[in-house]
Amino acid sequence: MHFTLSDLVLDVAQNAAEAHSKRVRVQIEETEKRFYFSVQDDGKGMDRESLQRALDPFYTDGTKHPGRKVGLGLPFLVQTAEQSGGGWNIQSEPGKGTTVAGWFDLENVDCPPVGDIPGLIRTILLLPGPEEWILYRSLVRQGRRIEYEVRRSELENVLGNLEEGENLILLDQYLRSQETEE
Amino acid sequence: MAKMTLEELRKLRESKKTDLRKRDTEGKNIQIIVGMGTCGIAAGAKATLDAFLKLLDEKHLVDQVMVRQTGCMGLCHSEPTVEVVVPGMPTIIYGKVDAAAAAQIVEKHIIGRELVNNLILDRPAADIIAK
Repeated sequence: MHFTLSDLVLDVAQNAAEAHSKRVRVQIEETEKRFYFSVQDDGKGMDRESLQRALDPFYTDGTKHPGRKVGLGLPFLVQTAEQSGGGWNIQSEPGKGTTVAGWFDLENVDCPPVGDIPGLIRTILLLPGPEEWILYRSLVRQGRRIEYEVRRSELENVLGNLEEGENLILLDQYLRSQETEE
Repeated sequence: MAKMTLEELRKLRESKKTDLRKRDTEGKNIQIIVGMGTCGIAAGAKATLDAFLKLLDEKHLVDQVMVRQTGCMGLCHSEPTVEVVVPGMPTIIYGKVDAAAAAQIVEKHIIGRELVNNLILDRPAADIIAK
């Protein structure tokens, strides 16, 4: 279903965007062996029972599309993490927010590829809903550590409306440059 | 490519802005809206969006087009879906838009002002239309 790990992160970030959150923080940490992400929102949250139900692949609360089987997609995360020697954790409190985390063993043969992270970050920054997106990324490659954090408000301050084609392309260049070692 | 700072990004943005002022543009009134719900993402909406960005850059259309992301449009059977708004033309939702279809949409719809008939989904699926 989801080809790369970044699709899973995007899916969870999309849930956060739709949960009436004001501020969402996404962390993506990668080494040669391990991929970890977390998405922390301050949206509407879920009680224990709803969370349990959201993990059932055959359950939907029916609000997204009445009469249709569309849910939060969390079973995809659970399945992918568990089949590839990783794990997941979800904490949620009604009215306070939800934090979803997942980790993956990149050396496991069943682990999907990581995918395009700067592209993922660009896509998340443009998800409508929250007032602020904060994305933290760290990457260890050949013993060297790259680290950066971006905020939607800062980028809007520099570029203006991120949805304008030319700004989106500059944003893409900016994010891709962050993954270089200099 | 060296790591860019926010200050460098600002300078780059300003230099591009000057370029843009030289061109006589009609404003950014064309919109490409890509469905980014779970269904869209699973079907490759991110690759579609990347393809649009690349094409807009290549065809020098970036100064005329807004690229937006939205949630599920209720057309999960035909994801990735893309809504195209061009002034003076009907608003169209296209389905199953991969990179090749994106190229057709840019070439025919946005540049040629002609609909790409074989990709059109004209309305949401019957079971989710409010009665």
